[in-house]
Amino acid sequence: MSIAKHHALAPHITHHWKKITVSDLDFAPATGLENGKLLIHRDELISRLQSDPNIRNVKVDIVHPGESVRIVPVKDVIEPRLSLIPGYQVFPGVLSGWDPDTNRIPSGEIVSVCGMVVTTVGSIVGFQEGVIDMSGPGAKYSLFSQNHHLVLDITVQEGIGRHDHEKTARMAGFKAADYIARHALNKPLAGNAHETLINPVYPGSPGRQGSAEPKGLPRIAYLYMLQTQGLLHDTYYCGIDAKKMLPRFMVPSEVLFGAIVSGNCVSACDKNTTYHHQNNPIVLELLRRDKTDWNFVGCVLTNENVTLGEKQQSSTLAAGLIASLIPDGVIISKEGFGNPDADLMMNCSKIEAHGIKTVLLTDEFAGQAGASQSLVDGHPDANAIVSTGNANEVIVLPPLKKIVGDDRVITKMAGGSSKCRLPDGSIAVELQVLIGSTNQLGFERTSARFI
Amino acid sequence: MSGTSRNKQYRIVHYLNQFFGGVGGEEQANCEPRTIQGSKGPGRLFEKFFREQNVPVEIVATVICGDSYFAENQEKGLGEILPEIQGYSPDLVIAGPAFNAGRYGMACGAICSSLNPLGIPAITAMYKENPGVDQYRKTALIVECADIVTGMEDAVQKMVRLGKKVLQGEKIEFPKAEGCFEQGLRKNYFHAEPAYQRAIALLLQKIGSDSFETEYPIPFFDRVDPQAAIGDLKGLTIALVTSGGIVPTGNPDHIESSNASKYGRYSLEGLEKLETKTHQSAHGGYDNTYANHDPNRVLPIDMMRELEKELGFKQHEWYYATVGNGTSVDSAQKFAKEIAVELIRDGVQAVILTST
Repeated sequence: MSIAKHHALAPHITHHWKKITVSDLDFAPATGLENGKLLIHRDELISRLQSDPNIRNVKVDIVHPGESVRIVPVKDVIEPRLSLIPGYQVFPGVLSGWDPDTNRIPSGEIVSVCGMVVTTVGSIVGFQEGVIDMSGPGAKYSLFSQNHHLVLDITVQEGIGRHDHEKTARMAGFKAADYIARHALNKPLAGNAHETLINPVYPGSPGRQGSAEPKGLPRIAYLYMLQTQGLLHDTYYCGIDAKKMLPRFMVPSEVLFGAIVSGNCVSACDKNTTYHHQNNPIVLELLRRDKTDWNFVGCVLTNENVTLGEKQQSSTLAAGLIASLIPDGVIISKEGFGNPDADLMMNCSKIEAHGIKTVLLTDEFAGQAGASQSLVDGHPDANAIVSTGNANEVIVLPPLKKIVGDDRVITKMAGGSSKCRLPDGSIAVELQVLIGSTNQLGFERTSARFI
Repeated sequence: MSGTSRNKQYRIVHYLNQFFGGVGGEEQANCEPRTIQGSKGPGRLFEKFFREQNVPVEIVATVICGDSYFAENQEKGLGEILPEIQGYSPDLVIAGPAFNAGRYGMACGAICSSLNPLGIPAITAMYKENPGVDQYRKTALIVECADIVTGMEDAVQKMVRLGKKVLQGEKIEFPKAEGCFEQGLRKNYFHAEPAYQRAIALLLQKIGSDSFETEYPIPFFDRVDPQAAIGDLKGLTIALVTSGGIVPTGNPDHIESSNASKYGRYSLEGLEKLETKTHQSAHGGYDNTYANHDPNRVLPIDMMRELEKELGFKQHEWYYATVGNGTSVDSAQKFAKEIAVELIRDGVQAVILTST
């Protein structure tokens, strides 16, 4: 609280982030942290989740890194966090009311667990939920294999439509993460990593004049594209359905608080789960080295729409907001593939037209042999691309001892096929079934090159 | 090293044209394939350099063919040469180097490309402008060499280095690093740094100078200009083709929900509209709740039947469907070519393409 008061008049919104590493995860008669071990009262958690009348049944499982376990079909992954800012809770606008335009996010403190996530699975909603392998070759492609998972296998009431089904599973994940954070993190916890992140000040903000920045450093901005095509392809900013939003500035470290959450059933490899948004590595790196290696001038959120008119509108407005920050260069990240390639190219070319350099993060769909062109749209200005890998490339995942969830759906998932089951029990699937494997926020090391 | 492996002699078959095989010059370019035992011409140099690399090899046979003979009878030539090579059970086949000799390069490329699927590793070398490079770079390991024969020693050295790795069972993951031409295929690998770090580093480079390297060069995009409107549809046959994944219930052809490897051709005969019970969407890229509820939303046969009466065209009784979701452009082009041939054969004059 003293931190919030101290910064009340300072121009820069500042967040202190404390990370509590979880060394183990287990069920116990009470939920809480004990010597680095996170304990979960299973029945209490289940009864809280089942207070949602749409939920018929929740099965809770624990999975550890290195185990011979496949989790499938995964909908979302969430990191439990607790906001210590009075009146400002995690998942603002989702678990509590919050209007980001009336209220500026206050400065203050947030605590997170590190090494443990809440993962939602259940009967398939779309075709595009994903697989997490905790060991074997599939584990190398996703950071999720390195985490302890509390897996919620959610069954909804009969007759619930797909859209309510998706929402029910989504909300259950947030509630479980919030429940864990409130019980485990709501006490003084010592001896762990922490850092301070100082946000840029936008033009027109109070105190802008008082904010000095080192001279001679490149000015860098970030354009954060959210998948918002609707119909199970949705992302929310402070509870606002982002397809109904116009491009806008965001206080970059809002992501820490879960200001952006996923409601996506797009291909698993390049959907940004809520965890990915909470830990957006572009935002964090730009904040961490701000004023040392560059001046981070701001982050613009934009959407990926369905119609040409909407694409044109959003890209023009996003480019205008970016240009108002007078950056030398912009990082543009994408979510999903195919149709959003068009949004990516419009954003790129309209920003370059302002004389601002761009770098694009994208994955590729170059066919299983890698012989096809990788994107469905292009522009000559898109001359600096970082590839997060060819999602069509086939990998063979050997059988694992335990399935958490239901692996019968694998043949129908995006990246699976009717012939993907091999006689020895392995599956030969496209990389796109592995959740986060070609993440376009740049978490992973997978890339593609010409051979 | 055990005694047996020290004595292991790798068996190599060498392919040469009439000139390097010592048969003669252009006047012998029509000579038919022939085999001689042991090494010949450049083969001696290969044996010498392999020895220097401590790789025990023996060129067990040299297959020689005239450049024109092969170019004019490629299928026949391959039919003669491949079994001949297979008969020697080689551990490796070396073709050329072909330098900038076009017909020779095409022969070396064709032979190497045909041997690889048979489980016989094969390598060749060419100059970058040899037409064999473009034709065979995706399917053969082609070492880059000089355009003329003065580059022989260098070419053989490079081929021996590559050949050693192939003989020792090393998988050639990245041919460019071995001095080969890029095959033009995208292949995944693990970079030392995560993508977000590379993106920021690339941006700093691009801001600072004009010298920076993209990880994916944007290719030339094929744009199709729309044709002029037809005007009067009376008497025309019009077909429906969709990438929206509308298939008979149960998806009988198992079209994949993403990166489809096939399309289906299904009857519309006698159908006034599609029903939920008989048709569904197999598409994994959009929420198909509404398409499943009313498949006519994606494949509008209900509307076509009305318009058929009103405008006097004839609805083609077959429709084609695939899933356009993460489907590679190569596959899409292949489907389109095949579908177009059938549509033309069936007398269709116009097509309505629906997508999602």
